Amino acid sequence: MIQFRMPSLGADMDAGTLVEWYRKPGDQVSHGDIIALVETQKGAIEIEVFNDGTLDRIEVEPGHKVPVGTVLATIREPGEAASTALEPAAAAAPAPEVAPPTAPRPRPTAAPPPPAERVEGRAKVTPVARRRAAEAGIDLAAVAAGPDGVVGLAEVEAARRAAPETGAPAAAPRRIGIDLGEMRKAIAAAMSRSHRDIPHYWVSQTIDVTPLFDWLEAENARRPVASRLLYAAPLAKAMALALKETPQLNGHFVDDAFVPAGAVHLGVATALRGGGLVAPALHEVDTLSLDAVMAGLGDMIPRARSGRLRSSELTDATATLSNLGEGTSDAIMPLIYPPQVAIIGCGAAALRPWVADGVLAVRRVITVTVAGDHRVSDGRSASRFLTRLDALLQAPEAL
Amino acid sequence: MTDADLMDTVMTTFFSVAPDLEGEPVEPEETFRKQFEIDSMDFLNFIIGLSKTTGLEIPEKDYPSLQTPNGAVAYLRARWDKAV
Repeated sequence: MIQFRMPSLGADMDAGTLVEWYRKPGDQVSHGDIIALVETQKGAIEIEVFNDGTLDRIEVEPGHKVPVGTVLATIREPGEAASTALEPAAAAAPAPEVAPPTAPRPRPTAAPPPPAERVEGRAKVTPVARRRAAEAGIDLAAVAAGPDGVVGLAEVEAARRAAPETGAPAAAPRRIGIDLGEMRKAIAAAMSRSHRDIPHYWVSQTIDVTPLFDWLEAENARRPVASRLLYAAPLAKAMALALKETPQLNGHFVDDAFVPAGAVHLGVATALRGGGLVAPALHEVDTLSLDAVMAGLGDMIPRARSGRLRSSELTDATATLSNLGEGTSDAIMPLIYPPQVAIIGCGAAALRPWVADGVLAVRRVITVTVAGDHRVSDGRSASRFLTRLDALLQAPEAL
Repeated sequence: MTDADLMDTVMTTFFSVAPDLEGEPVEPEETFRKQFEIDSMDFLNFIIGLSKTTGLEIPEKDYPSLQTPNGAVAYLRARWDKAV
């Protein structure tokens, strides 16, 4: 029997709230399947399972907040017999209407009524209404939709006015999505730990990216709009290749020892509107084509913003890229996200006077800064990485 | 198509790529980037969305014309007039 536990989704997470089970006891699960939704400081995270088997018992029902490491469910390994003592909730499993295994969110047919916290109702709810309801502590499941079938701000406001004023709210307001205040606390905790525990060093290099931008312009001119590339894609790919060749910058520092990572899972620091930052991992970037990197970023970044990341994306990063992006500042001196051992910051790509072949010219340049961990590497490693990155970016067609 | 229809198309497309901003007030003369804190990825998705809804192929060199809601409406209007 495998115990499926509340995962730790980052250095700063100590507990999570189970929001929804996507599978029920008796369902087959396989490696990589998303089986539950858990709410954390980084938003609602889709939790993946890492074993093949059959979901046996659910130990934590939706609406409960439990510490990291708590057993959420048990999973029978292939060939293992079902547990005999079925919980009342689990007894509903062999209901006649069994959802097809491919259904994204099978809803239990004989489950107990949803707890008051549950806000994923059937009616469409506008994001602003969802936020307002969360602030006011209003249960969206109890709000009637408007004539268009949508729960909007007006419906939430009406529900709020109608709600009896009680001294103390029965339960804390529940939010699905991202609580920026909580996220800020999580960032502060992780960065305090980073600042306290990691002896950082920083090494910078300004890189001429004119060849990259020229190549991108020509490439994008012949591509239809939906398959155009942003410079972040070749930048991420070149970084992954250079990291692969600099193992001291790619891995984790765990239990007083450095564990180099075989693959390069690049964390991509993503700013959220209104504040907040999350750095989900794009897996095996060094092996992906530029189109695949672009598609991966295009899929992951909006999910990071809407608070719908997967557990592996929050736990697997082996190094992080913090790209300030277009129209921003020249350089960034980032702090490492523990237990990683390096983070790479990129300033804006800006036109600057530059000496190329002994002649002063106007070129587009990016200042790239590596923050490294002195427990694992020295500035020389970072310098080697930057030299390699520079060389890779001079030949973008080869990426 | 009136300019109001075009503005509706532009903003519906924009909010579909940044649904968390849905319902926010719109400054027609201000850039999307400034008023909505969007990044290159959001902007590219917006262009892809516009291209899909209107059937127009929008080359990268035209992106600067589409930085503001009014700019996007004027751009669509010009392309539209050329087509008919």
